[in-house]
Amino acid sequence: MAKLILNRLLLGVLTLFAVSVLIFICTQILPGDVASAVLGQGATPEALKVFRKELGLDLPAWQRYVNWLTGALHGNLGVALTNKRVIIDEIAPRLANTLFLAGYAAAIAIPLAVGLGILQAINEGKLVDKLANLITLTAISLPEFFIAYLLIIFLAVDVEWFPSLSTVYKDMPWAERLYQTTLPAITLTLLVAAHMQRMTRSSVLSVMSTPYIEMAFLKGARRGRVIVRHALPNAAAPIITVVALNLAYLVVGVVVIEAVFVYPGLGQLMVDAVSKRDVPVIQACGLVFAMVFVSLNTLADILVILVNPRLRHKR
Amino acid sequence: MKVFGHKPTLSAWFGLVVMALFIFIAVFTPWLAPYGESQNVGGTWDEPSMAMLLGADQIGRDMLTRIMYGARMTIGVALAITLLSFLIGIVEGFVSAVVGGWVDVFFTRYVDVMLSIPGLIFALIILGVFGSSIPVLILTIAVLDSNRVFRLARALGMNLTVMEYVEAARLRGEGLWWIIRREILPNAWAPLVSEFGLRFCFNFLFIAGLSFLGLGIQPPYADLGGMVRENAAAINFGMMAPIYPATAIALLTVSVNLVVDWMLSIDARPSGAQAEL
Repeated sequence: MAKLILNRLLLGVLTLFAVSVLIFICTQILPGDVASAVLGQGATPEALKVFRKELGLDLPAWQRYVNWLTGALHGNLGVALTNKRVIIDEIAPRLANTLFLAGYAAAIAIPLAVGLGILQAINEGKLVDKLANLITLTAISLPEFFIAYLLIIFLAVDVEWFPSLSTVYKDMPWAERLYQTTLPAITLTLLVAAHMQRMTRSSVLSVMSTPYIEMAFLKGARRGRVIVRHALPNAAAPIITVVALNLAYLVVGVVVIEAVFVYPGLGQLMVDAVSKRDVPVIQACGLVFAMVFVSLNTLADILVILVNPRLRHKR
Repeated sequence: MKVFGHKPTLSAWFGLVVMALFIFIAVFTPWLAPYGESQNVGGTWDEPSMAMLLGADQIGRDMLTRIMYGARMTIGVALAITLLSFLIGIVEGFVSAVVGGWVDVFFTRYVDVMLSIPGLIFALIILGVFGSSIPVLILTIAVLDSNRVFRLARALGMNLTVMEYVEAARLRGEGLWWIIRREILPNAWAPLVSEFGLRFCFNFLFIAGLSFLGLGIQPPYADLGGMVRENAAAINFGMMAPIYPATAIALLTVSVNLVVDWMLSIDARPSGAQAEL
C-alpha cells in the first residue's frame, strides 16, 4: 500500500511539472513577445531592448523557464508588469481568502450532498428520489451567477439577512468574516452539492447491483442496513473521487462567484490580470490554481487507496 | 407523439419545446426582434411596459431585443465551439483507438496533462496572452473541450475495434479513414449525440461565464453572459434587470439537460451489456 501511495505522490509531482511547462509554453507562443505587447506599437527599438533585458527576455526560452521555475519554488514569482508589485505578496492573502471561502462552502456541501445522496439511494424510484433527481439536474445546469443573483434578490435585497457584497479585510474577526461570506458560500454549496449528490446516489446504486449485496438482502438485512454496512465501504472510492473533483471545482468555480460578490480572492486577481494582460501575474495565478487542483486530486487518490477495503490486507 | 422513435417524458417535452423555441428565435432574430440591436428606446432600467416587455437595459436599450440578439450570439458561438471540439476529439479518439501503439500513448498522455489543469484557468491564461476575440475564444475552448470528447470517443472506439466486423474490414485491406467512417462512427452515434448535448451546455455556460467576467464576447455585440454583467448594478436597487438574461441562459441549459437525461434513460434500458449486470 505504501508503494502505491508513494507512486501516486510521484505522479502528482510529475503532473505539476508538466503543467508548469505547459503554462510557460502558453505564455511564450505570443507573436512577438511580452515586451512589445506591453510597450505597444510606438516603442523605440532601444526601449524594447532595455525592457527585454529587464524582463530577462534576451535569454533562451529554456533558461527563462528554469529561472522562472526555480524562482517559483523559492517563493519568488517575480513582479507584476503593471504596478511593479511583488507578486507573491499579492497572491498570498488572496489565496488565503479563496481557500477560506472554498473551505466554508465545502464544510456545508460535503455532509449535505453525501447524506442526501445516500438517502436518495435508499429511496430509489420513489417520489422523493424522482423529485430530488429533477432538482439536482436543474441545479447542475444553472449558471453560477444566476444562482448568485437569485440569492442576492431573496436574501440580501428582500429580507436583508446578508450583505450583497462580501467585504473582508485583514484581521477581521472570525464571526464577522463568516457572516460576510455566507451568501457566496451558500451559492457555491448549491453549485457543487447537486453534482456530488447525484454521483453518490449512482455509485451507491451501482454497488447495489452486485451479487454480494443480493446475498446480504437474502440473509434478511434491512435495506438501510445493507446500504450503510455493506454497500457504502465499496462505494466510498468513487464518492471520494467525485468529492475531490468538486472541491477542485470549488476552488476554480470561485472565480465567477468572487466577481459577483466582489470578494478579494485569487480569482479576482487573475481576472484583473487577464484584462490588463499582465503576463507574470497570470502565470503565477495559473500555477497556484493548478497546484491546488493537482494536490486535491492527488490527495483524493491517496484517500481512495486508504479506504479501499480490498487493499487493507497484505497479500 | 413520438420523437426519435420514443415517447418523451413530460420533462423531456418541456426541454424539447424550449429548445425548439430558442433555435427558432436564434435563427430569425432580425425579423422577430421588436427593435434594433443597439437602438436606444428608453431610459436606464425602465420598468417593463407594453412597448418594452422586459423593460430597458443599463443604457436604455430594449431588454427583450438584446436578449434575442444575445441568445443568437451565445448559442452560435457555443455551437461552433462544440462542433469543432467534437471534430477534434472524435478524430483523435478514434485514431487513437484504431491505430493504438505509441499514437495512443501520445494522445492519452497529452489529454491527461491538459485535463490536470481546470479548463477555466487554462482559458484565462490563453486569453490573457492573446487578448479576447471571437476566433480566439472558439479555438481555445474547442481545444480544451476536445479533451473530454477524446476520452469518450477513445473508450467507444476501443470497444468497437475489437468487433469482428472491424477485424474483417482490416483484413479486407480497408484504410484507417474508411474504418473510422464506415465501421466505428455509425455504431458510436447514440452516446456521442447525448454527449454533444452535455458538452454544448457546458460550453454555453463556459462562454457565458467568461463573458460575465468581461473576458468573453466583447461589446458592442450582445451576448447573454455580458448582459448579466452590464446590468449587474441594478440588483442593488432591487431591480430584476440582470435576472432576465441569466434566466434565458438557465432556461436553455436546463432544457438541453432534461432532453439529454431522457435520451440517456432510453440508452440505459436493458440491452446487451446492461442486462448482464
